[in-house]
Amino acid sequence: MTGIELRSLRKTYSGNDVLHGLDLTVTPGEFLVLLGPSGCGKSTLMRMIAGLEAVTTGDILIDGRRVNDIEPRARGCAMVFQNYALYPHMSVSQNIGYALKVAGVPKAERQARISAVAGSLALTDFLDRKPSQLSGGQRQRVAMGRAMIRSPRVFLYDEPLSNLDAKLRVAMRLEIRRLHQKLGTTTVFVTHDQVEAMTLADRIVVMNAGRIEQVGTPSEVYQHPQSTFVAEFIGAPGMGLVDAIADPKRGVLCLGDGQEVRFDAARWPDLPHGAVRLGLRAEEIGITAHPSAHTVMARVELIENIGPHRHAHLSLSGCNLIAQVPNDFALQSGAQVAIGFDMAALQLFDPATGRRHAGQNVPLAERIAATV
Amino acid sequence: MNKRATFSNSWLAAALLLPQLLLVFIFFYWPSGEALWWSFTLERPFGGGNEWVGFYNYLSVLQDSRYWGSVRVSVIFAIAASALSILLALMLAVFVDRRMRGHQILKTGFFLPYALAAPAVGLAFRFIFAPDAGLIAGINRVFPGLWNPALDGNDALTLIILAQAWSLVGYNFIFFLAGLQSIPRALLEAGAMDGAGPLRRVWDLQLPLLAPTLFFLLVINITDSFVNSFGIVDIVTSGGPARATELMVYKVYTDGFQGKDSSLAATQSVILMVLIMALTFVQFRFIERKVHYN
Ligand SMILES: Nc1ncnc2c1ncn2[C@@H]1O[C@H](COP(=O)(O)OP(=O)(O)OP(=O)(O)O)[C@@H](O)[C@H]1O
Ligand SMILES: [Mg+2]
Repeated sequence: MTGIELRSLRKTYSGNDVLHGLDLTVTPGEFLVLLGPSGCGKSTLMRMIAGLEAVTTGDILIDGRRVNDIEPRARGCAMVFQNYALYPHMSVSQNIGYALKVAGVPKAERQARISAVAGSLALTDFLDRKPSQLSGGQRQRVAMGRAMIRSPRVFLYDEPLSNLDAKLRVAMRLEIRRLHQKLGTTTVFVTHDQVEAMTLADRIVVMNAGRIEQVGTPSEVYQHPQSTFVAEFIGAPGMGLVDAIADPKRGVLCLGDGQEVRFDAARWPDLPHGAVRLGLRAEEIGITAHPSAHTVMARVELIENIGPHRHAHLSLSGCNLIAQVPNDFALQSGAQVAIGFDMAALQLFDPATGRRHAGQNVPLAERIAATV
Repeated sequence: MNKRATFSNSWLAAALLLPQLLLVFIFFYWPSGEALWWSFTLERPFGGGNEWVGFYNYLSVLQDSRYWGSVRVSVIFAIAASALSILLALMLAVFVDRRMRGHQILKTGFFLPYALAAPAVGLAFRFIFAPDAGLIAGINRVFPGLWNPALDGNDALTLIILAQAWSLVGYNFIFFLAGLQSIPRALLEAGAMDGAGPLRRVWDLQLPLLAPTLFFLLVINITDSFVNSFGIVDIVTSGGPARATELMVYKVYTDGFQGKDSSLAATQSVILMVLIMALTFVQFRFIERKVHYN
């Protein structure tokens, strides 16, 4: 199996830096997802790995071999393009078999491999059709077939599902994951859909404006975002952020409107007195009918019905928060409500740099148990 | 949406159309009608109008071996010039499309020949390929008589083919370039990922996708070779030597204006016209139906 390594990889288009020196290692057999907002350089990075885009500075290594100056065809990568890029004048079977034809594989073997791949993708009935006579989902599968047939060392997918409807997208997502489980081929997958990223990835690379914000497993990225960017970007909805002044000596966080929240200062032994940003996910915020010393008051701005539960958009000391509320909980927009936080899940960020205050991530109860 | 302009005042519409209709009538329908009339008549030897002779003129043209000679030359000329110019244009377009250095300037440069009038092209070629003073003069000094379009019919035909091909390259080039650039980049990238080198991609992907353009240009080039080659032939070879370059369109002129046989000339021009109409028809029919990839 094949590993990929990027060493301070930079890409400049006519003087504009698009990628600012990335370091990244894709371990052999891994399913790595590149996630980030539009224009952050995901496609550029992937195309550089594929060899379709020249490297400005830095190195790309595939299996330890520097491939900067090696033609795409010699890199052993297969790519699935966003709008499939099927050859319109070739039939499905010619599309799938083109790589083999170029490689000079004898016709009989080619046919056998085409039917094997087509069978595994349920394309057998369409082999003689032209791409224009296929539905979006079928075209997508042809594109995958074209990548699979070469038994590549690396699969590269550039937003392969973004042109499909929601249902098909879920189905194809499973298909891709299943394929990876079966073949175990190292895979790099670009998307800006974070649900796709969460469900597919072994590790997620969150990118922002040509930089890597964080690399981690889906749960690491979700639970311990390293920056406010990742916190807000990951999750639906993203993490809510509230500005406050930390007073570690008193163990309180003072909100802008004068309310105070007690917090477990021991979790952040090095936290200085000063501005911090609290990060809380919707499911870590509870609305209660009983105000107490552990709650603060917030205003309900809007209520969204999601299905399994509702999202209450709250305004807390001028900052926006979203809380997850059970469907049967009586709530009215415009009301003042008391909210409580799951303090074990609380994240603190430095508002100046956007980076997370590391602290210890062990929940309070366990730490107490350990010290006793 | 209704894209048609609507005129509430039909007189205004007619007035706007009039100049164009007048032009088409005076310079096309009228002369064509006249030619058609002449082709079925013969002038009375001592004046007094034309005499209806039915298909007599056509029969005599079609039985004339000189006429078939000019057809043969025209067909060779049209096919060779079209093929050569299409091939050259395609190569240039592929290079420019690959964004070789200087492609912006080349793009304009390649198109320029098309802006030249045929007689100017002819004159240039006559000088450049003059056997005693032109580019080939040096070779001629080593192998005397190797190249002499004034004496050798094949050389003369080659020369006008070169001139015609060169003058069409610009036009073909622009169409090919537009065609190449409308092929999605991702398609070629997919080809590269599939292992095809640049040449293979041209052959397997770009050429098939250019097929409609190719066909369109072939018809246009052949038509142009039949119709617009007069200027080149007249300046470069005047149909000689020994009628080796007497194209159909040039023979119409020599028979009509030098031989003063307007019925014979009219008959030939009607045949030529029918040929061109057939080509145009083919073009419309097949281009409409040509595979449109989406
Ligand atoms: N050929 C190019 N010339 C100049 N700039 C380019 C070129 N290709 C991409 N860029 C710029 O590079 C940046 C990153 O582009 P890229 O296509 O990698 O974004 P992306 O993350 O894939 O976005 P999306 O999710 O919209 O596909 C963009 O700001 C884009 O404008
Ligand atoms: Mg992209």
